[in-house]
Formats: sequence, structure tokens, C-alpha cells
Amino acid sequence: MEQTYAIELHNITKRFGSVTANDKVSLTLRKGEILCVLGENGSGKTTLVNMISGIYYPEEGKITVDGREVRIRSPKDSFDLGIGMVHQHFKLVDILTAAENIILGLQDEVETHSEAGEGRSGIPALKRLRRGASRQVIDMKRVVADINALTEKYGFELDPYQKIYEMSVSQKQTVEIVKMLYRGARILILDEPTAVLTPQEADRLFAVLRNMKNDGCSIILITHKLHEVLAVSDRVSVLRKGHYIDTVNTSEATVASLTEMMVGAKVDLNIERPEPKNPVKRLELKNVTCTTKDGLHSLDHASLTVYGGEILGIAGIAGSGQKELLEAIAGLEPVSEGTVTFYPGENQPREITNLDVAGIRKLGVRLAFVPEDRLGMGLVGSMDMTDNMMLRSYRRGRSEFLDRRTPGKLAEKVKDQLEIVTPSISAPVGRMSGGNVQKVLVGREIAQHPKVLMVAYPTRGIDINSSYTIYHLLNEQKEHGVAVICVIEDLDVLMELCDRIAVLCGGQITGIVDGRTAKKEELGVLMTKHMAHLSDEEPVPEERSQSSGASGIASGQDRRGGAGK
Amino acid sequence: MKKEPFFRMSKRESISLWKEALIYVISVFLALIVCAGVIYALVQMNPIDVYKAIFDGALGSKRRIWITVRDTLTLLCIGIGLAPAFKMRFWNIGAEGQILMGGVAAAALMINLGDTVPNVLLILLMLVAAIAAGMLWGLIPTVFKAYWNTNETLFTLMLNYVAMQVVTYCIIFWENPKGSNSVGIINQTTRAGWLPEMFGNDYFWNIVIVAALTIFMFVYLRYSKHGYEVAVVGESERTARYAGINVKKVMLSTMALSGAICGLAGFIIVSGSGHTISTSTADGRGFTAIIVAWLARFNSFAMVLIAFGIVFMEKGAIQIASQYGLNEEASDVLLGIILFFILGAEFFIRYKVERNGNKK
Repeated sequence: MEQTYAIELHNITKRFGSVTANDKVSLTLRKGEILCVLGENGSGKTTLVNMISGIYYPEEGKITVDGREVRIRSPKDSFDLGIGMVHQHFKLVDILTAAENIILGLQDEVETHSEAGEGRSGIPALKRLRRGASRQVIDMKRVVADINALTEKYGFELDPYQKIYEMSVSQKQTVEIVKMLYRGARILILDEPTAVLTPQEADRLFAVLRNMKNDGCSIILITHKLHEVLAVSDRVSVLRKGHYIDTVNTSEATVASLTEMMVGAKVDLNIERPEPKNPVKRLELKNVTCTTKDGLHSLDHASLTVYGGEILGIAGIAGSGQKELLEAIAGLEPVSEGTVTFYPGENQPREITNLDVAGIRKLGVRLAFVPEDRLGMGLVGSMDMTDNMMLRSYRRGRSEFLDRRTPGKLAEKVKDQLEIVTPSISAPVGRMSGGNVQKVLVGREIAQHPKVLMVAYPTRGIDINSSYTIYHLLNEQKEHGVAVICVIEDLDVLMELCDRIAVLCGGQITGIVDGRTAKKEELGVLMTKHMAHLSDEEPVPEERSQSSGASGIASGQDRRGGAGK
Repeated sequence: MKKEPFFRMSKRESISLWKEALIYVISVFLALIVCAGVIYALVQMNPIDVYKAIFDGALGSKRRIWITVRDTLTLLCIGIGLAPAFKMRFWNIGAEGQILMGGVAAAALMINLGDTVPNVLLILLMLVAAIAAGMLWGLIPTVFKAYWNTNETLFTLMLNYVAMQVVTYCIIFWENPKGSNSVGIINQTTRAGWLPEMFGNDYFWNIVIVAALTIFMFVYLRYSKHGYEVAVVGESERTARYAGINVKKVMLSTMALSGAICGLAGFIIVSGSGHTISTSTADGRGFTAIIVAWLARFNSFAMVLIAFGIVFMEKGAIQIASQYGLNEEASDVLLGIILFFILGAEFFIRYKVERNGNKK
């Protein structure tokens, strides 16, 4: 017998109806290693780990944990085996503190734990919690002490008394991970943990993961960011279209070799960036401010000029005002202060501040917008492609009746051009995969022949091939003289694709830099500029709006300096 | 070691029409078997006899057939009125009130202008008044929802009670004979304001009006720009605003239409079938019609079948009540069982259940 693996999967098969999500996948996780599961979207990564964490049950194959064959029928079963999963969407109660969230729901699991937990470290915390507490009373001090011991051991930064709603995304993620460890997990699965983090936060997470690994924890990391794979993992397993391709040692892998394994063919990973041709002023934002119901500024005196024939990237941590910026321009978010002006070129500039979508269109301003929430805003999931194609244009013509012929033709055209995979154009778009949904949306917006094209997270959750198709489409629009504004979370892509990058932080534009010369660290600093002077104190949300005036002035200089026109 | 789950289910990609129909037929069949069991268990009667009586009650004679048709038309009309509102996900549970207001408006003209205005004009005036009253009753909660985001479910429900009080108030003036606390048959001798008999049939005009509405609503929801807007607003208000749809306007116009058709249903009841007005004129049909609209997924032709099915059971219930001395509620039990199975069938249409094939 050689070494026992933490987890072994043998010929696991999982089908959803006629779709085979995992086809005879075998995988091993060694004790004390970080294994990356890499694959394009729809390759079955998440399905696979969901079978380890008890959300799905495999049709065929067997799972071994610590050398014993097991059946995992529910998340609880999985947990009893010491497996903890951190999902992309956190499952935390906002109004409770970190410590309260960590022990939430523990009571009745205690018995199974102490039984299954023999011979594993990390468990004693639980037993002590139980013993120290007289039946119904929880000894919070002891809980907090245990949590602090854990965080110190692995190098987390966590205040157990902080409430969840006061936390940043990265802090919430920390709570989720600590929760798993506190409950005795020795095998940790993280599903795309860095999607919501800044580069600095991601580095910190990786440092913690390495500490855990050195302590003997086994970690499965799902991701499709190649540089992360190379930075943190010991081995990489690659899936493609539900099939297991291979596992390689990270030390022997390169970006190119991994991509080839993922895609099945060589992919050109360079995004072209043509020089902007005679850029003309298209859109000007002056001190645009959006105010939430609570009186906070979700967008804070943002000033920005956008030129036709260029791609302007928007960087920032999730929730820094990207959505408000785009929606304020599109006429979907009320502007409480400032102006948005459109420059048609030959004619007089038109102010479009606070006009609704129909009002903007009436002025002849062709504004296309691919929103972040594809099925909740950009498309109607229950309708087919044809009906979705006419969402923005159904009013055309005098007739009271709908013309479905033109949008039907457009649907066929978009389907062919963007290689959308769907049984037919009359299948509901909600049933398509994320990448195809996005192609439908982008295809429709570009078909409007816009003057300004705004796209939010155009490639979020989309495989490499489709991503490059979309980057290419954006470049094409740029060459047609369209002013393209795009919000992308991947800084590497932003720096390769965009002519200029505006960085948002806490609703303010903290800087506009040239995409050709931008440094990742520089962007990272701008992305957190606003929080930097707050981090010493308790993070109080109100402070953001109060301090806005001062840093607003400071960032004005960055803006002028960065535009470079 | 734990046992693995025996069954598993998965979403269907698509389903052929005949398979869908088959699932419905099987579900109704199973429902009838369960009903038979329930009948036998509770009252020890031969279920076949009971079923026969139900059929007899609904379609046993020419007169019964026409009454079933008449009530089907009324229920269908209300269902059609509710369809656009529910398609917009506007929870209009105020059809009762809208029907009553339409009915009261029609009855008021019928009583007051009965002998002074030519019959055709009177009927047209009643029609317009009923539509206007229903529309008003539908618009009140919508204005509040559109401008102050009030909850339409509660608001429409409460307006039902207001409408009932309005009817009670009017009855005091219209009492006939005095002291009876009811209006009685209005214009019984002159038949002024009654939808006239045509081709020897009392309900000709009811059929014409409701058939026209059925076709109109089908086309409206499926092929008109308004219908498209209604669907988008119902799916997501954010999407609607993104598409440049004026959500308030769509909400108001859709509820105006919904209320108007429910008001029209009130006119049909007063002028075309009951020829009277009371607080029970709507008789819960404003609620039953919600089932009609939803089960048909707002397809007005499918509503015809469902409305008929429900009225059929109601009429049958009256028959078994009198024939076997059963309570009328007995048929509600049966109808409940049948609806339960039909709704359950939806699950099998969306998902398929398979045995687990893990044979290792």
C-alpha cells in the first residue's frame, strides 16, 4: 500500500438529464497539498466538488476519504468526514458577529463530530465548547479564544466581535474559512475564492492557504485564473467538457501548457490593442453623484470623459460604484448631483442627466449597455432568443403588433456569428449556459450600432475561448469609433485591453491611468486608496460619506494627470 | 454505510405535447380513483353512481347544459380579465369587487333608466358604465402601487369589502318588494336592459362577448406590443426599465384593462344572466378565476377548458347534494382532489424521475 490520499475519486459520473456533467472523472487529493481543479466554464469543476460536499450524488463511481469508501449524501455527511466547502456566495447572517456565525447551528452536530473526530486535531475546540457550556448557554469567551487561537495559527486577520455587515468581501470569506476550520474541517474546498478579491487580498489568502497546507490540511482550489494556479498549487488537475484530462505537477506547468490542456487546442492568449484612431469626445461626466436611500453616496462626484474609438476600463473592488456609474449613464440610476453630457459629433452636445432609457433614445443617443445582471436586467430568461432580441427595439414601427420577423433574423445571425450553442432560437435563454447567455446579450447590444457601448463584467464566468471572442468584439467596436466603457474585474485583462483605466474606490474615481503603462500594484493601491486611512479604526460605514469631500479633491489631480489629453 | 437514494429527479430539457397531455389525463384519472376511494370511505356509496350524478347535474338536460355554459362564460370572462394582471405579476385578488362595481353600475342604469331610454341604448350605456366602474376599482390600488409602492394584494382584497358595502347600501334604495332586503329580478316584465334573446337562445350575446374577449386576449398577450411589455414587467421590473418601458404606465393601463373586463363580467351577470344584484353577485368567482388564469398559464383558449371543468364540478355538486343528501361541500372536496392532482402533474412535466442506476 502506498500513501493514503485525503480524497480519491474513482470514475465519478454525474448526469443532468441528457447532459453529462462529469464523465468517469478520477481525481486524487494528497494529504497536505493544494490541488487546483482547472477547467473552462461548464467543464464540470463545480459539479465535481459538489459531489464531495454532498450537494449532488454521483450516478456512478466511488469516493474514498482517508482510504475508506464513503457515501456522501448530504452536506452534513460531508462535514462529518471533515470536509468543508467555501462557496462563492457566502452563507452568513449579516447582523451577527463573526464568532456567532462561526458557531451557528453547531449544537446538534456535536455528537457526530466527537465520534468521527477521533484521531484528528482541531476537534477539541468543539468538545470544550460543549463541556464548558451548561446545556443552553454558550460560553462566548471560550469560543472567541478558540477562534483567536485558530486565526493566529494560520495567519488570518479576523475580529471575532465584528458584525458581518460591517465586513468587506474578503473579511467575510475569512469568516467562512475559519468557520470550516473551527468545526474541524481538515479538507477544504474553495470555489473560485479570488473572484471577489483585490490582488493584495488574494495574495494574503494564498499565504494563509500555504500555512494551512504546512499544518497538514488538504485543499482543493477551483479557479480559472492560470497565474493563481501557478502561484499557489502543488498539482493541477484539468477538466474539459466533463472529462478528466490529466493531473500535472505545478512546477512543470506553464500558462501555455495549462491553457492547451483546458481548451484542447493552442490558444493565442494575446489581446490586441490597436491605437485609438482620431478619438473624439463622446461622453462627459461632471461630478456625477448617486445617493442611496440611507443618504450614502454610492457614486461620489465622479468626473470622466469618454472618447469614441477608445476602450475605457473601470477597475475597482466589487461594489465600489461600478454599477451605479454605468446605470447613471444609461438612465437607470437617478443622479442626485452633476451632469452627464453626450457629444454626437456634428450636432450640439445633449445633456442626458436623469433621462430614462426611452428619453435618451428619443434624443437619438445610441447607447448600448450590457449590464452585470444578465438574466435579471439584460434579458428575460423565460423568453426565447427572438423575443429577447427585440427587448430594446420592439417599439419600432407604428403598428400596435409586434414584428417578430426582424428580431428572428437577427437572432439567427447572432447565433451563427457568435457560435451560440442552443437547440433553437425559440428555446428560452434562461436555459442556456452563462457564456451563451452573455453572447446573446452582447450580440443584441452591438446590433444596435451604438455610439457608446457599456459592458459590465463581460467575461465573468465565461470560458477562455468565448472571452477572447468578446474581447475581439469590443476591439471591433472600438475600431468603428464607438466609445467603449467596460468594467472588468481581472486586472491583467484590463491592462491588456484598455486604452485608459479609471479606478473606482468607495464611489470615487481615485485615478485614471494609461492602460499601456499601468502597473498592477499601482491599480491595487488606487482600488483601496479610500479604505487605507480607515483601516486603523473601526470601519464605520458613515465615515465614507463624510470623508468624501477631502479625497474627492485629491483625486481630481489624478484625473487630470492620468487623462493625458 | 448509508444507503444511496433510490430515486432521483432531473429537469427535463423539453417535453412533447402528447406526453404533456398524457400526464394530465393520467393525473385526472388518478384523481378520480382517489375521489372514488374518498367517497366510499366517507359515505359508503358507489362512486360510479356519484360520478354519474355529477355528469347528470352538469349536462343532464338541455336546460342544465345551458346553465353550465352560461356560468362557464362568466367564469371565463373573469379569468380573461385577470390574465393580464397576473401575467404582469400584479396580484389582483380584487376581481370580486371589480365585478360587483360593474354589476352595481349596470343595475343602477337598468333600474333608473328602464322605461325612459330605448333598449339598445340602455344596454350600451350599461356596458360602458360597468366597464368604467370596474376600471375605476382596478385603478385605485394600482395608482397607490405605482406611486407609493403599496401592497396590491391587501389593497385589492380590502376593496372587495368596500364594494360589498356599496352594494348593500344601494340595495336599501332598490329594494323590491319593500322589506325583502333584496332587489329581486329587475324589470321582470319589460325586460329592459336584459341582453336580448337571439336565435331562440338567451345566452347568444354572452357567447359573442366572451368569445370575442377570448380571442382578443390571446392576440393581445401574444402578439401586441402592449402584451410584450406586460410580460417583461411581470418578469422583472428592472429589465423593463432597462428596455425603456414606462413601468408605471404599463401597470396602470394593464390594471385598467383587467378591471374593465371584470366590470364587464359584472355587466354580463346582471344584464345577461342573473338580472339582479346582491352582495353575492360575484359569488367567489373572482377568486376561482385566479385558478383558471394561472392553470391555463394565461392562454385564454386553455382557460375555456379549465373554466368549463370547474363549473362542471360545481353543477355536479349541486346535483349530488340534492340527490344523495350530501353536503354541497362534498364536491369541493372532490374538486380539491382533482386540482391537487392537476397541479401535481406540473411537477412531472417539468422534471423526470428515474430510478438510480448505481449497480455497483
